[in-house]
Amino acid sequence: MNENPVYARIRQEIQENPVVLFMKGSPMFPQCGFSAAVVQALGTLGVKFKGIDVLSDPGLRDGIKQFTNWPTIPQLYVGGEFVGGCDIVREMYASGELQQLLEQKGVAFAR
Amino acid sequence: MAMDAAEIERLIQDAIPDARVTIEDLRGDGDHYAALVVSGAFVGKSRVQQHQMVYGALQGRMGTALHALALTTGVPDAASEI
Repeated sequence: MNENPVYARIRQEIQENPVVLFMKGSPMFPQCGFSAAVVQALGTLGVKFKGIDVLSDPGLRDGIKQFTNWPTIPQLYVGGEFVGGCDIVREMYASGELQQLLEQKGVAFAR
Repeated sequence: MAMDAAEIERLIQDAIPDARVTIEDLRGDGDHYAALVVSGAFVGKSRVQQHQMVYGALQGRMGTALHALALTTGVPDAASEI
């Protein structure tokens, strides 16, 4: 079985960038309310992240869903690990768990 | 494309028999739901794993037939104290 070639790109992105958000649209112009909500949470924490627009790449849009075994976009990765989609990120932000995770992973953010 | 709340509940309970499922139709359009799923099967699982179990129960409908399902999962109170 040949691996989906898009997986190599996903692996590279999440290894090279401490915080990666696979999203619809760009951080400046999110094209979906769920993506916008995660951008907003990260923005409030002052976290630097790389936003990757899956709408501009259908192969990536399908590939990331299979890679993570997660059916929806957005998808947040921190330190190479999948954190969750919009619901989980919002829940973790509200409870302070997201801040804890960023600290554990050595990601700078505003307290 | 839309899905009935009862259908969502049935699919989740088929896969996770002890699940207590509470579904709210957020806009009354059969397309934007919020679901709370509480099950002993979630004990010891991460939040991501819990959500993956629910998505698995929906057999690929999440993100296709079902456009938006805001999901909250949890374990029953008694189980969470163990």
